[in-house]
Amino acid sequence: MSLRNAFLAATALALVSTAAQAETITIATVNNGDMIRMQGLTDDFTTKTGHTVEWVTLEENVLRQRVTTDITTKGGQFDILTIGMYETPIWGANGWLIPLDDLSEDYDVDDILPAMAGGLSHDGTLYAAPFYGESSMIMYRTDLMEKAGMEMPEAPTWEFIREAAAAMTDRDNDINGICLRGKAGWGEGGAFITAMSNSFGARWFDMDWNAQFDTQPWADTLNFYVGMMNESGPAGFATNGFNENLSLFQQGKCGMWIDATVAASFVTNPNDSTVADSVGFALAPDNGLGKRSNWLWAWALAIPAGTAKEAAAKQFIEWATSKDYIELVAEKEGWANVPPGARTSLYENPNYQAVPFAKMTLESILSADPNNSTVEPSPYVGIQFAAIPEFAGIATEVSQEFSAVYAGQQTVEEALEKAQAITNDAMEAAGYR
Amino acid sequence: MATQHSRSAARFMMAPAVILLLGWMLVPLVMTLWFSFRRFLPNRPDIVPGWVGFDNYVRFVTSSAFWPSVQTTLIIVGGALLITIVLGVLLALLLDQPMWGQGVVRILVIAPFFVMPTVSALVWKNIFMDPVNGLFAHLWRAFGAEPVVWLSDAPLFSIILIVSWQWLPFATLILLTAIQSLDSEQLEASEMDGAPPLSRFFYIILPHLSRAITIVILIQTIFLLSVFAEIFVTTGGAFGTRTLTYLIFQRVLESQNVGLGSAGGVYAIILANIIAIFLMRIVGKNLDA
Amino acid sequence: MSRAVTTRRKTINTVLAWSIGFLIFFPILWTILTSFKTEAQAINDPPLFLFFDWTLENYAVVQERSDYMRFLWNSVIIAGGSTLIGVMIAIPAAWSMAFVPSKRTKDILLWMLSTKMLPAVGVLYPIYLIFIELGLLDTRIGLVVVIMLINLPIIVWMLYTYFKEIPGEILEAARMDGASLREEIIYVLTPMAVPGIASTILLNFILAWNEAFWTLNLTAAQAAPLTAFIASYSSPEGLFYAKLSAASTMAIAPILILGWFSQKQLVRGLTFGAVK
Repeated sequence: MSLRNAFLAATALALVSTAAQAETITIATVNNGDMIRMQGLTDDFTTKTGHTVEWVTLEENVLRQRVTTDITTKGGQFDILTIGMYETPIWGANGWLIPLDDLSEDYDVDDILPAMAGGLSHDGTLYAAPFYGESSMIMYRTDLMEKAGMEMPEAPTWEFIREAAAAMTDRDNDINGICLRGKAGWGEGGAFITAMSNSFGARWFDMDWNAQFDTQPWADTLNFYVGMMNESGPAGFATNGFNENLSLFQQGKCGMWIDATVAASFVTNPNDSTVADSVGFALAPDNGLGKRSNWLWAWALAIPAGTAKEAAAKQFIEWATSKDYIELVAEKEGWANVPPGARTSLYENPNYQAVPFAKMTLESILSADPNNSTVEPSPYVGIQFAAIPEFAGIATEVSQEFSAVYAGQQTVEEALEKAQAITNDAMEAAGYR
Repeated sequence: MATQHSRSAARFMMAPAVILLLGWMLVPLVMTLWFSFRRFLPNRPDIVPGWVGFDNYVRFVTSSAFWPSVQTTLIIVGGALLITIVLGVLLALLLDQPMWGQGVVRILVIAPFFVMPTVSALVWKNIFMDPVNGLFAHLWRAFGAEPVVWLSDAPLFSIILIVSWQWLPFATLILLTAIQSLDSEQLEASEMDGAPPLSRFFYIILPHLSRAITIVILIQTIFLLSVFAEIFVTTGGAFGTRTLTYLIFQRVLESQNVGLGSAGGVYAIILANIIAIFLMRIVGKNLDA
Repeated sequence: MSRAVTTRRKTINTVLAWSIGFLIFFPILWTILTSFKTEAQAINDPPLFLFFDWTLENYAVVQERSDYMRFLWNSVIIAGGSTLIGVMIAIPAAWSMAFVPSKRTKDILLWMLSTKMLPAVGVLYPIYLIFIELGLLDTRIGLVVVIMLINLPIIVWMLYTYFKEIPGEILEAARMDGASLREEIIYVLTPMAVPGIASTILLNFILAWNEAFWTLNLTAAQAAPLTAFIASYSSPEGLFYAKLSAASTMAIAPILILGWFSQKQLVRGLTFGAVK
């Protein structure tokens, strides 16, 4: 294209947009399948409202980095941000997000699952609307379970899982009894081990914000995890995150996989999964201490304070997280592929109830309580994270120490000692202690 | 030779470049210094920024991650330099030999230099080094071996491999030009004298290449010190691959502690300057016009 | 006088060089091949080399998801703009260093290079805040300036080394003939330095094209170049090798093709003063 043509094209575009009197909103989002589908359906929004959308689609880590820099400096690059349950209450409390307290009647804000609305609010005000929500649960191969002569209870214990994993493992046929996240990063392996530790009675901080990695429950959690993964996990699990495990499971290389409930639609989709018709679901395991090891998360859409296009941005959020949007996706891609975990009405819909994983997803979500996630009392909100600004940085470093254990580069004791020092040091720097 | 007139003209002509670079260096440097003495947590608007003296400097250097990160930086820079220079010299010697299709081979060899670091890291990590679906894993299994989990079993080696692959073309090209400039009569004379190839290499070729090698070291070090994408994409700093640059990234962006990260930035500048002075002593000697 | 070579030795050289060349190029070749496979074929064991059903599906998917031309155009403008402006600023500076050297010339040159050693991430916040103040976020002009400044030291260094090789007598002769300084640079120096300038432009165009930190952090939708384009294709859910390969191929193809066509110019001048 010559410079002159580019100039002409730009002029033409400018003319069109002024003529339509519509806004162009810029949305930063993560490159997950559901968001990419939303991107593909943007035309529906443009037809309905006249507004056009510019997408900035980035990989999760890059997105976090971009969006955080922009909001803390009030850069104003985006009109809508895709953020999670971790950032929303913190940023909402800082006054960086526009409260979503005046959404239209049609939108039916009370239909949002209470657990999701709770996690995306600060002081009872909603700051981000959930695009999809998830908990975690066990996905397992019914055929392998049968072959091992065992039966999955609806709510198994960790001991049962370890036993079943060992029984299902068949190294000669490249079948690993269990696949779990081990990859460093607070949202990857860090999220898994934190949620798991809750069921072992561990917590990140005591009520005075002292790190708790020197306590027995943490040693128990890590020793159990490492022991089980060495017995029945895949080679190189220290670098496996959500996506690596998904691909292992879809290729039939895992007996069980405990991970996000949204994965259920991927592993049961015959286009991508070789094991689509033999997947069963169960609640994430516990240890009889009263807490299960499932987490709670939502990817949600929020509007940064200071945007000049607040009205259009709200319209978009109402469109993307509405009941109509769910219907639109169902119509095009089938009910199994609609964004799950956000609205009560979805789980009351008979069409959706027929989806095999719907019931277990809802039960998992309902059993997660971010305000009361640990056995002993803790000062923070959140299950697989602590909703304080410092957590992401600390937990990424701590999870790197854990991943080094999984890779056999240090012992559990060494890692916990370092984790304790890293955490206390950072909390001191941030003025908690 | 130069007149007063041309001297002032010279100064005038150098001014734009010097002033721009001075600004580009000073403005961020002053701001980094300013932040490094302050408590600055963008994520915590409830904490009023204030002077904290040398707290950030002390905290950064006493953190258990500091010295390992300096060590990792030196290993990655040193490892990549060693590989690219040794292989670069060998490859340049080979390419200097008469052969068919030299132009095509040269095209193949320089190609990695055109690949952006993010892409090369992504491709190596997923398509080659993945322990399940990676090409290496297929290859290992084909020979009945257990696939290597590259990024956790040999993390530093993997990163050095990726970085070296990207920079080998650069080293090869510069060394090749230098070899081609070698007086062939001198070489032939030594050949006639019956000097064995190895001593020919050590006594004639290598000394001739010394200037080119120092230049390769200088330019590559500048780029290797700031290697980032290759680590961000592959290990995210886990398994002992956290360089000083990456540690600063973690402090500034992941932990959102700009004061602490800025102090780290000052340390990185000091380290870079130590290396720079060291390098420039060598290069400077070679650079005399 | 050329060195006498036996055919045997030439054959060995050829086989060896071609094998090594192929090995070095293989990761790129494999990426390009993978981009024409389906996702299932991309991870097939044993790997499929040439005999699979070639498909353009991945390219279609990538193009549908992101407007490739816009990213490409931004890359071209940012890399081209920063290189050209950089060269225009560097030519006079390199001229004066090469032909009117003073005691401090070498120090200035080395100091310029040392500015490249500032860790970029350490100054992200300062630069981001300045960009907000100046309204430069997500603009191509902002990136052109930043990338130009990042590469300026390399440009000055390269041009300096080329200019040094030009004998000063020629310039003096021109001066005797009454040429002004401007004429001297435009009509005498520049034509003689064309190979060096071409090589400088090419190398810095490549460096600017591949710069991934600032281009990613200072852009959103408007000015995002191909480095941002690729950031949306790393590790999404499910199988993605073929789509990643297609996106990678699209991101590197323009520069690869440019590099190949101009490799003679690039190679001829790429000495950094390594040859005296």
